[in-house]
Amino acid sequence: MQVLVALIAGLIFGLGLVVSGMSNPSKVLNFLDIFGSFDASLLFVMAGAVLISFLGYRLVLRQPHPLFAKEFPSCPSGLIDWRLILGALIFGVGWGLVGFCPGPALASVTFGGLSALVFVCAMLIGLMVAKLVSRVL
Amino acid sequence: MLTDFTPWMSFLGGGLIGLSAVILMGGLGRIAGVSGILGGLFTVDLSGALWRLAFLAGLVLSPFLYRKVTGELPDFAVTNDVFYLVAAGLLVGFGTSIGSGCTSGHGVCGIARLSKRSLVAVAVFMVSAMVTVFIMRHVI
Repeated sequence: MQVLVALIAGLIFGLGLVVSGMSNPSKVLNFLDIFGSFDASLLFVMAGAVLISFLGYRLVLRQPHPLFAKEFPSCPSGLIDWRLILGALIFGVGWGLVGFCPGPALASVTFGGLSALVFVCAMLIGLMVAKLVSRVL
Repeated sequence: MLTDFTPWMSFLGGGLIGLSAVILMGGLGRIAGVSGILGGLFTVDLSGALWRLAFLAGLVLSPFLYRKVTGELPDFAVTNDVFYLVAAGLLVGFGTSIGSGCTSGHGVCGIARLSKRSLVAVAVFMVSAMVTVFIMRHVI
């Protein structure tokens, strides 16, 4: 059941990325280009996503436990450390370079040609390197 | 490439992303953060590998569903410069792992849970992405 729910959630998530235009890196770059060809659409993606998840979480987290699992995750710690800041900073540079973040990159591997594939492979390598580095630090 | 301002479709698509986050929390008690779901596959503990792979499969296959319904492929344009693609991919993979989240984990789920960590992360990556785009498009 967990697998089926996750598959459906993934499908809806990807559909949301495609419908909203987030899966198009040009649209993302235009959102980030506030002093150029600015396209404010991404603000509306955020608004829709946060509105529904904010309200939905309120409903869902009132239950004693998730439908198909034992417990809800604990509340975020609120600890703001150098890893969070440095990681977000580095991610932002990569995001701004070509307009891909992890979700849209994965959602576009079937129609995004070689560019999407190259990006996803590099992203996986970056992820593995970070895991290795984290183990040392 | 210029893109049209699409407030309604973007809001609707955003709503679907939010719905997915609610389903994953209500069903599995999990955060719908793509980098986190992907990153969880690269650990020693593989007990959650199945649901992670299922979510990612849905994400990868979703454009087929879109095509089935609308009869068209999504708009898409990205650089084909391998240097930039590789550099960006490495930075995104590394940064989201160190910073424990990306646009979905911090940007949607984190903000929906009013997490201070996520608000800070979103502010930092938004500004650093905007500065990067400014340099790429207007300075270089």
